[in-house]
Amino acid sequence: MKTLSIRNLHASIGEKPILRGLNLDIPQGEVHAIMGKNGSGKSTLAKVMAGHPDYTVTEGDVLLNGQSILGMEPDVRARLGLFLAFQYPMEIPGVTIANFIRAAVQARLPEGEELEATEYYAKLYAKMDELSIPRAFTSRSVNEGFSGGEKKRCEILQMAMLQPSYAVLDETDSGLDIDALKVVSSGVNALRGPEVGMLVITHYQRLLDYIVPDKVHVMGEGEIVLSGDKDLALKLEAEGYDWVTAKK
Amino acid sequence: MNTETKPDIDIDRSVGDFRYDVDYAFDAGVGLTEKTIDYICDVKGDPDWVRKFRKDGYKKFLEKPMPTHWASKDLENIVFENIRYYLSQGQAPKRSWDEVPEDVKRTFERLGIPEQERKFLAGVEAQFDSEAAYSNIKEAVGKQGVIFVGSTEGLQKHPEIFKKWFGKVIPSGDNKFSALNSAVFSGGSFIYIPPGVKVSHPLQAYFRINAQNFGQFERTLIIADEGAEVTYMEGCTAPKFETATLHSAVVELVALKGAKIQYITVQNWSANVFNLVTKRGLAHEDAEIKWIDCNIGSRLTMKYPGVVMKGRRARGEVISIALAGDGQHQDTGAKMVHAADETTSNIISKSISLGTGRSTYRGMVHIPKHLKKCKNNTECDALLINANSRTDTYPAITVRGQGHSVQHEASVSQINAEQIFYMQQRGLSEAAAMSLAVNGFVNDLVQQFPMEYSVELKRLIDLEMEGSVG
Ligand SMILES: Nc1ncnc2c1ncn2[C@@H]1O[C@H](COP(=O)(O)OP(=O)(O)OP(=O)(O)O)[C@@H](O)[C@H]1O
Ligand SMILES: [Mg+2]
Repeated sequence: MKTLSIRNLHASIGEKPILRGLNLDIPQGEVHAIMGKNGSGKSTLAKVMAGHPDYTVTEGDVLLNGQSILGMEPDVRARLGLFLAFQYPMEIPGVTIANFIRAAVQARLPEGEELEATEYYAKLYAKMDELSIPRAFTSRSVNEGFSGGEKKRCEILQMAMLQPSYAVLDETDSGLDIDALKVVSSGVNALRGPEVGMLVITHYQRLLDYIVPDKVHVMGEGEIVLSGDKDLALKLEAEGYDWVTAKK
Repeated sequence: MNTETKPDIDIDRSVGDFRYDVDYAFDAGVGLTEKTIDYICDVKGDPDWVRKFRKDGYKKFLEKPMPTHWASKDLENIVFENIRYYLSQGQAPKRSWDEVPEDVKRTFERLGIPEQERKFLAGVEAQFDSEAAYSNIKEAVGKQGVIFVGSTEGLQKHPEIFKKWFGKVIPSGDNKFSALNSAVFSGGSFIYIPPGVKVSHPLQAYFRINAQNFGQFERTLIIADEGAEVTYMEGCTAPKFETATLHSAVVELVALKGAKIQYITVQNWSANVFNLVTKRGLAHEDAEIKWIDCNIGSRLTMKYPGVVMKGRRARGEVISIALAGDGQHQDTGAKMVHAADETTSNIISKSISLGTGRSTYRGMVHIPKHLKKCKNNTECDALLINANSRTDTYPAITVRGQGHSVQHEASVSQINAEQIFYMQQRGLSEAAAMSLAVNGFVNDLVQQFPMEYSVELKRLIDLEMEGSVG
């Protein structure tokens, strides 16, 4: 089965180890959630998988459908099908959303093939409608002056347009109002399918009512300390994290 | 050089970096003396007043020191004795591309000039080294009384208007390089737009340096009579030579009452060209002069387009984009001289420095004491790509008197590694991400270029970025 596998992953920033032997398998077709205290290393895991240059992997591997991606540039990993919805999306002044996504879609086409503009816009507008993003956003600069919720919605729009085979959503629910949460969740659910594996990082069980996970993992100090089904999220919400660490 | 390989060359990548051999009928030789000037006058059949003007310019050129007390020391590396000051195949520019000699024509074809002319231009002049090889305007435009010819033809056939303004906006002695240009000028455009005529499509000149060790000294004079409007665009390229090449133009604009002149430059000089250009416009009452200036390439560019707002409510504007690649220095800016009440000037400058590239902004805004209700807005933003890239800003704003409004904003930013990572995560290569960020930085200014040029500009930026990463 096609899987995103994280094997005994150790990663540091400078001299400081953050991931300490993390193991996780996300098969296509499944949605996994990761919860865990602030600073436990959730975003670090997402960024290390995506190839952020600040982190050094000291041990272990990340395999995308059996192929190690650790030596690859971030853009190569992305074109292989890995998508990361950022916890803090970056602003890119002067680059419109329409042009940015277009460049990203174009980058996935074979050399010499030009993206068909009318088809592209038709798809873009359809996805924007699904996510209730007003048309005017196409000509706004990427994330510049966006509210927190608008940024998250725009991340999901990019995901919908790029149709990754593995998506990591880092706290995409943070900063969303109730209506936006529903819209974003339905956007995510629309992408769910046998060809897609997802890792959803969140602090709130509420999100998992909308995006129902196949598995829930708890992260503590750079490793997965507990895994279970969706009920684990309810228990965490009710009881906090201390019992997990105590148990360990 | 094998000249039969045209289809094999990838024109998109090489831009202007190619060269075909050409036989020159007229060659003033190497170095500059009074004899060189006489040679040029004789070849061109200059009237006596022009010969005198040239000799006077030469004298001033010798007297003036190099401005290295404030400008780059790199100027000292120009060896005037090694430069060829005049090279041409002959005099009269052709009115039809069919008559242009084959060896010159193929250069312009490769640069796409005849094609652009058909598509969207009202007239074209194509200069090859010292002289225009081709010059023509659309019949309909000519019928409106618009004159668009080379400087030599301008001074010979239209002396009454030419003499009235030539050297008046920029006196020979303005600086060492305007003096040099006055001594040896050749080529460039003379344009006159009659009162009330609005030329709807741009007029374009293309300046091509083809010879090594060559100095190109074109001289352009544009006069828009009362209420007239015109847009002029110039493009420039040269192949890459081992030795330094000099381009030193003088451009004078005169906008009479209520006239509008827009002057657009997209230069893409190769990395060993010294580009030292003096550009200034004189705006009369209610007139508007706008310089849109894009400087890519060259070894050292020094260029500060200016507007003297001499009539009431005149407006001056400079929009400039400079990209200093590795080892290059773009020393650019603007000069705004307010010389009447209620005059308005606007300067927006954006520069990008790559690798060891350096960009310098120098802005001069002058509003004297006796004037009322003048306005200036200056914005200059610099973007640094690498840790060793450099930018400097030298604004000189003198505002005397009361009731003026002056605004000045400057910023320096760096492309942030997190932005690049974000874009790479979406599948863009590092170079593509850099290009996109740089294009984003200048996007609002690029919008002001005509469509055909903004596409070209984007392509040039992409090419520069491609070479600078990885
Ligand atoms: N550049 C850095 N320099 C030093 N420490 C860092 C750096 N980046 C992250 N860390 C540390 O790594 C640890 C893990 O951070 P990470 O952002 O992965 O946590 P998280 O689980 O995503 O937290 P949150 O729930 O608050 O988003 C934290 O202690 C953080 O301070
Ligand atoms: Mg985090």
